Amino acid sequence: MQRGTARALFELLSSMRFAISLLTILAIASVVGTVVKQNEPFNAYLNQFGPFWFPVFEKLGIYSVYNASWFLVILAFLVVSTSLCIARQTRPMLREMRNFREHAREASLRQFGHQASIVPASDVATSLERARTYLARAGFRFRASERKDHVLLAAKQGSAGRAGYFLAHGAIVLICIGGLLDGDLPLKLQMASGGKQATSGNQLIADIPASARLGAGNPSFRGNVFIPEGRSASAAVLNVGDGILLQELPFTISLKRFHIDHYENGMPKRFASDILITDDSGKALERTIEVNKPFEYRGITLYQSSFEDGGSLLSLAVHGLARGVPRLTAMQGAVGDTVPLHAGDARYTLELTQFRVFNVEDMGTGKNGDAPASGMARFEQHLGSGAKSPTQKNLRNIGPSYTFKLRDEAGQAREFNNYMLPIEQQGRWYLYSGTRDSQAEAFRYMRIPLDADGKAETWFALHDIVFDPALRAELARRVAARSATGASAADSGMRDRLAQTVEHTLTLFADRGYESIGRFIEATVPAAERERAADVFVKIMQGAVWEAWLMTRERAGQAAPALDENDATYLRDSIAALSDSLFYGAPVYLQLTAYDERQATVLQATRSPGKALVFLGSLLLVLGVFAMLYIRERRLFVLIKANEVLVAMSSNRKAIDVDETFQRHVDALRELFAAPKTVQPDSRDA
Amino acid sequence: MMELARTSPSSHSGGDPTPSSRGATPASGDWLRRLGPGDWLYGAALVLAAFFALVQYGGSMDVYDKGILLLHVPVLLAIGWYWKAFRPFLAAVAAVSLASIALYQGELARADQSFLLKYLISSQTAIMWMSALIFMATAAYWLGLALRSDFAEKTGNVLTWAAVTMGTSGLFVRWYESYLIGPDIGHIPISNLYEVFVLFSLLTALLYLYYELRYGTRRLGAFVLTVISAAVGFLLWYTFTREAHQIQPLIPALQSYWMKVHVPTNFIGYGAFALSAMVGSAYLLAERGVLASRLPPLRVLEDVMYKSIAIGFAFFTIATILGALWAAEAWGTYWQWDPKETWALIVWLNYAAWLHMRLTKGLRGSMLAWWAVVGLVVVTFAFLGVNMFLSGLHSYGSL
Repeated sequence: MQRGTARALFELLSSMRFAISLLTILAIASVVGTVVKQNEPFNAYLNQFGPFWFPVFEKLGIYSVYNASWFLVILAFLVVSTSLCIARQTRPMLREMRNFREHAREASLRQFGHQASIVPASDVATSLERARTYLARAGFRFRASERKDHVLLAAKQGSAGRAGYFLAHGAIVLICIGGLLDGDLPLKLQMASGGKQATSGNQLIADIPASARLGAGNPSFRGNVFIPEGRSASAAVLNVGDGILLQELPFTISLKRFHIDHYENGMPKRFASDILITDDSGKALERTIEVNKPFEYRGITLYQSSFEDGGSLLSLAVHGLARGVPRLTAMQGAVGDTVPLHAGDARYTLELTQFRVFNVEDMGTGKNGDAPASGMARFEQHLGSGAKSPTQKNLRNIGPSYTFKLRDEAGQAREFNNYMLPIEQQGRWYLYSGTRDSQAEAFRYMRIPLDADGKAETWFALHDIVFDPALRAELARRVAARSATGASAADSGMRDRLAQTVEHTLTLFADRGYESIGRFIEATVPAAERERAADVFVKIMQGAVWEAWLMTRERAGQAAPALDENDATYLRDSIAALSDSLFYGAPVYLQLTAYDERQATVLQATRSPGKALVFLGSLLLVLGVFAMLYIRERRLFVLIKANEVLVAMSSNRKAIDVDETFQRHVDALRELFAAPKTVQPDSRDA
Repeated sequence: MMELARTSPSSHSGGDPTPSSRGATPASGDWLRRLGPGDWLYGAALVLAAFFALVQYGGSMDVYDKGILLLHVPVLLAIGWYWKAFRPFLAAVAAVSLASIALYQGELARADQSFLLKYLISSQTAIMWMSALIFMATAAYWLGLALRSDFAEKTGNVLTWAAVTMGTSGLFVRWYESYLIGPDIGHIPISNLYEVFVLFSLLTALLYLYYELRYGTRRLGAFVLTVISAAVGFLLWYTFTREAHQIQPLIPALQSYWMKVHVPTNFIGYGAFALSAMVGSAYLLAERGVLASRLPPLRVLEDVMYKSIAIGFAFFTIATILGALWAAEAWGTYWQWDPKETWALIVWLNYAAWLHMRLTKGLRGSMLAWWAVVGLVVVTFAFLGVNMFLSGLHSYGSL
């Protein structure tokens, strides 16, 4: 009974149906891992799936499908199934390869799908001789079997095709085993048996407990080594779930320099790390590792994987935006650091996250550009060489930028991306500062305009005046005085009304900028007159900011400028920036004034014991596939009687070329056997 | 490659009627004796051409390039000996490419000044010609199928050959142009989605032309050229709306010798799978009586389908392995379940199952044809869908 069950299990596991089902399940399971991004931080999944599904999917291993135990079980079944299939097929296959079937009976040959009868013109011995020569020349191996009234030549070719079966299927097993050795399984086993435990990534290397450290002898791992320029590292970090493990390396890697080269159009051309490797043997090796040019040492292969900032020192000018924050102070910090920032009474922490020296951007055409061609002209633009593009891009390096997070006391953080240098847009220059609430959003940029002297300070001075409630009445009064200069009572009354309007406008604007003005218009002005009203408000704001500008110049002891086209644009830009600054979300604008760049390389350190196995398997797989598909096994039987020659053919595959080949052999043999007997006259009576 | 060793007994199309394989014995040693002076001349021309390429362009080649160049001699020799129609094609490609290069005189600007370059044989123009010729060939094949017109089908055949000649030359010229932009920018034009779409069209068309001769029927042209037309349509859209045709320098990850072997091998696979799907759809139509009297018999359709899936599977296996070897060098691991890798595996598993069902289970008929058609959907997703919808390491040709 038990024997029967084992037998049935063996039958099932080694059956084709089971194998095909496994392939299908494997394919479907693999799809899951391509749809859901793998090995992202858990927070990202929590955002994506929400608090209900997040733990469900985590249990199912959706975030790391290919390392999930159920996935490994499928793979294991595939290996078992393939192995059993090989085991099951070996004996019959080998028998088939060796066997010539020279004992085939005439009656069974006559049942073959491919069989033909030829009337020979020669006697048996001659025919036999001719058939032997033919078979040999046609590349057959054969055996003769003499019977009572006939001779059977049992020939075959292409038996090697069956070896392809062993190669291809054995290769699958080899590749799976190799892959298993290089996958997560060895690590999981170590964690389970050796009591290793992942720890948080937010700590110093020295603080990482021994339970999260793997010895240099670990046979299989893949981790990242982060090294800033001028520093060294002797451990790799392995990401495990949401935590890390530290993999000790049997050597120390120092980064001398990291290179990034660019093409003219700003695309990266080369990433390279000049490193020095030292180990306890006292040897020191100098190497350059590049993308596509890894380096192997003591069984560990080092790859150029990525690069980061290695703690560049940034000098920042702190411009106050919120009330009570000093106009201008200075501070310093290194990328990667967290620095306290006091803005008036509020306390923040500044996390400097990234710094980039180069930013190549498409700056548009600058001018209005040619109108897009149409019809034939557009078609013609696409003729010629592949070097040009009808819409020329204007790629320019717009200089360094850095990103930081500003975290308030409640722990809420906002992210900022500031460019160091002013950027030109249609002939005018701006300081760009981007802000966003979460990484899922794109940065929204505030553009601080530079004045005719190329200074941003003017705008900050305007900012202070326009948003200062104490100055509001004074500002309104000055605007009104400039507009209505008459001395009459009517004029004075109008001045007062105007001053009120200006003050009201400024108060509105100080709340939510253009947005609150817009809302006010919507609430109080009938639809038909809104456009005109908006115009009036814009004019009032322009007048107010112009007046503020004059005030700043008075304070600085400068003469009042004559308002020209340039100034008008500057005013417009300034008001837009003032409006945007209300949504900036930070009490300060941090302007990068100087930097000392330090880059860091991220190398991947890998020890993969299964690699050789996988590559060997791959080679065998290719050989096997070609052998199976292109070495055709053919068995040709030539049964020679005195008055008849029976030709029959069998093949393990049914295809059109079997018919063709058979026909060719039959035609050739027919011609051969029809030849006059005089070829070998003395064999007539044999 | 043994496939190529066989010439159709019932061939009625181009190329000289080969005495090969029709002779008395197909013995293995005999093929050498059957070669005529034309064959030897072809061989000599290949050797000379390789020598010329070494002398003329050796400066831009490293040792691998030179090795591959020399390896091309026996490979092209074998193909040309077994498939005679391949020779004039090769000669025409060489002539057009060299003419274009000569006209360039080492200056990119010549592309707009020289009439021949601008309107005939600069890379972009040549690829436009390829596109036009493919559309025309498709129309001719359909006309031939509809009217049972031999003439129209022969026209289709000639147009297809012309299209692959222009397309292949276009790629070669593009290669040259990339070096004219800058020596550090020059690279083989198989590095982005635009370039591989041209490659896909070429390889699929060449595979089809081979089977046309091998099976002695031009009736499948209408079907196969349709899928190529679709690819060309995409190519044109990509050119005109996305400016994708502009030659871009190689990012560091692509600066590898492996790219030159991984990509073409892959596209032989994709091309063959696409071909099999189109033949599969022809099978399904014929099985229902649609066009049945015009199409080849079902068993022939079935056989073409199997042959192209077999060759596609073999090359796709190699391509995936080459990709793994490259990944091991570039990304530090031969397999990391990147979406493109995973979908390649799914494609591979799909056709592995197809072949198992046919060869081992002996499955035949419409089930396999449906499967081949669905296979194209999977292949298309692996080829395009992954770039469009999923992000990963392979995002070189994003849409």
